[in-house]
Amino acid sequence: MTQEHMVNLTIDNVKVAVPKGTTIMDAAENELGIRIPRLCYHPDLSIQGSCRVCIVEVKGVPFYMASCAVEVWEGMEVQTNSPTIRQARRDIVELLLDNHPRACLTCERDGNCELQNVAYATGVRERLFAGERKRFPIERDGSAVDRDPEKCILCGRCVRTCDEVQGVHNLGQQGRGFTTLVSPAHNCSMDESVCIQCGQCIAACPTAAFSEHDSTEAVWKALADPNIHVVAQTAPAIRATIGEGFGMPLGTPATGKLITALRRLGFDRVFDTNFTADLTIVEEATEFLNRFEKGERLPLLTSCSPGWINFMEKFYPELIPHASSCRSPMAMMSSLLKSYYAEQAGIAPENIFVVGIMPCTAKKFEAQRPELRTADGLAETDAVLTTRELVWMIKNYGINLADLPDDQFDSPLGESSGAADIFGTTGGVMEAALRMAVENITGAPPQDMEFKEVRAVEGLRERELKVNDSLTLRVGVANGLTNAKILLDAVLTGEKTYHIIEVMACPGGCIGGGGQPYPPDGYRIFDKRLLAKRAQALYTIDGAKEVRSSNHNPAIKKLYENFLGEPGGEKAHQLLHTHYEPRLPRGIR
Amino acid sequence: MTLSTTTDNRQQVRREAMDALTPEIVAYIEECAGDTYASSHLINILHKVQAHFGYLGREQMDAVAQLLQVPTAKVTGVATFYHFFRMEPRGRFPINICLGTACYVKGAERVGDRLCEELGIHFGETTRDGLFSLEGSRCLGTCGLAPVIMIEDQIYGNMTPDQVPALIEKYVLKAQQEEQDQNQ
Repeated sequence: MTQEHMVNLTIDNVKVAVPKGTTIMDAAENELGIRIPRLCYHPDLSIQGSCRVCIVEVKGVPFYMASCAVEVWEGMEVQTNSPTIRQARRDIVELLLDNHPRACLTCERDGNCELQNVAYATGVRERLFAGERKRFPIERDGSAVDRDPEKCILCGRCVRTCDEVQGVHNLGQQGRGFTTLVSPAHNCSMDESVCIQCGQCIAACPTAAFSEHDSTEAVWKALADPNIHVVAQTAPAIRATIGEGFGMPLGTPATGKLITALRRLGFDRVFDTNFTADLTIVEEATEFLNRFEKGERLPLLTSCSPGWINFMEKFYPELIPHASSCRSPMAMMSSLLKSYYAEQAGIAPENIFVVGIMPCTAKKFEAQRPELRTADGLAETDAVLTTRELVWMIKNYGINLADLPDDQFDSPLGESSGAADIFGTTGGVMEAALRMAVENITGAPPQDMEFKEVRAVEGLRERELKVNDSLTLRVGVANGLTNAKILLDAVLTGEKTYHIIEVMACPGGCIGGGGQPYPPDGYRIFDKRLLAKRAQALYTIDGAKEVRSSNHNPAIKKLYENFLGEPGGEKAHQLLHTHYEPRLPRGIR
Repeated sequence: MTLSTTTDNRQQVRREAMDALTPEIVAYIEECAGDTYASSHLINILHKVQAHFGYLGREQMDAVAQLLQVPTAKVTGVATFYHFFRMEPRGRFPINICLGTACYVKGAERVGDRLCEELGIHFGETTRDGLFSLEGSRCLGTCGLAPVIMIEDQIYGNMTPDQVPALIEKYVLKAQQEEQDQNQ
């Protein structure tokens, strides 16, 4: 950096030089290690400057400046901690608190609330501005996402996340002044709105103005009923994050402890959604190879992420014919549990209660889809718990997961290849499909199982993969729906062609899902460092497995021989595939 | 690329949006939609919609969003931010109560409270039967008669809360009379 691109200033009387364009907040943090308190700021979102918590004093400026929103200038003199600024900052937080329910002790965010942390850090010890507080109805009947606007502090992080990261634009600030409310258009419920149920608003919220719709009560009830056979299935991404809820180091795989914990809670069987991730790959690769031979409906769009499926139905319905008809791994498992497993175990399907442990709120919505019911009209998935809900249930039971011994999944729906583990992170479905497809096309397994180039850690990737001399596959991988839009729009205009596009709704894939634990201290949502550690847990499990390709999972082969018949066959279609419909309101993209 | 059109509902959604507005408003929105900063015309468009319909209905706001391709949450966000925009139709008899200084000092607030109580609505709302809507306004220029309310174009001065029920009754009867006349 040359001299003229550097700006000289003082922060708390210390001389520093920072690159032009640096904000006061970043200059203080990067140069002096001073972390100015903040709420509405997020480095991956646009700057709003609305919470005013990060104010500082600048010499010669007659008002306090929001340090997140102001770039440094030559000769600037900044005070981050003068007595007046500390007092003003505390007053601002007090004003936020006094328009906020005093419900910390009973709030689901208790102990993990950014507002609570900022209140403590700024030294709020009493409430001085008692007065009228805003009152709004609480939405507790969402299929996936609930809303409590009384807890909202109008920081706008959810609005910006929904706009900028997901491109859904479902949320907005409605009204003005004291009665300003963050809600979908017309203040309608999340289910009536254009919401795709991804739950990123929950992750982005510093308080609990958004939360997942609670399923723990229903699960406790089923567990306590001796006449109900309660079965758990755990998604690939859970094993990478569940430990975070119990203070285990980030990125520690905790598969065995997770299984033990579920058994202690009283689940009769613990199966692995990984098994049906393998099954998904066998079905989806078969579907792809069929389409590829006929040259029709390419690119194939993956269908594992229910947030993405909701997005497609509302925002890109014209692409529905391109989506893989494969159900999500959770839905495949549930369908097998109420058919194959019920038959094998001699239990009536209506007495089986299937609980999906998912990193995802959209899975709660998916579980209620009418397409995913048995012939008798029974929901195939009875309840979906997010990782956060399961962490709470285990703690509520009085178990410290970190102290538990390892256990193994039940057989036969518990065995999986390494390809299934990586489903939980960006590029994983693509990589798993490639491991099998390349073998089918060339007749030999790929020399290197790891297709690292499709791991779209930056959010969006397109690659050309040379399979053999005559065939190069063009693939696109996106996580975060704003990234997906770029690929889909290029396909629609004809500017680009691909063979396969993998979309995961949440940034980083399922490891960054809307139902995952709130980031631990020092991390934030969308944090690449956090996502990399979680992903590494999955790659470690994959690398340690002997079988790394779905089509070589012996339990899968056996299932086809004994029950399903051929991949893509009639029975497979009936139990493992689904269809999609355009849904309203149509999203504005 | 060639696409199956069977699942594309864009034209259908557009048609429904056009049906919710007038051809003139649709033409205006389409003109705006071509602009680089199409959403900057939003307030203008909402003005036109309200001028025609008397209010911004849910259907109309959805239609504006679809035709201008601006997220609906943004349309309703703007519409609910400005006091000028109304989300409900005006009643058959719009009631305006002056909340200017003179009227306020002489008890307009108590008259307003009584109106809310008798009509069962808040300021800015319309009674369920569609007969009355209630709004507060700034000085109506008849301070000598304070406190003043205006129903349709008729001014009522020196109002007291106790006069409110009879006045409302008068308009209820007027509405009944109109209905009878229409039926004959």
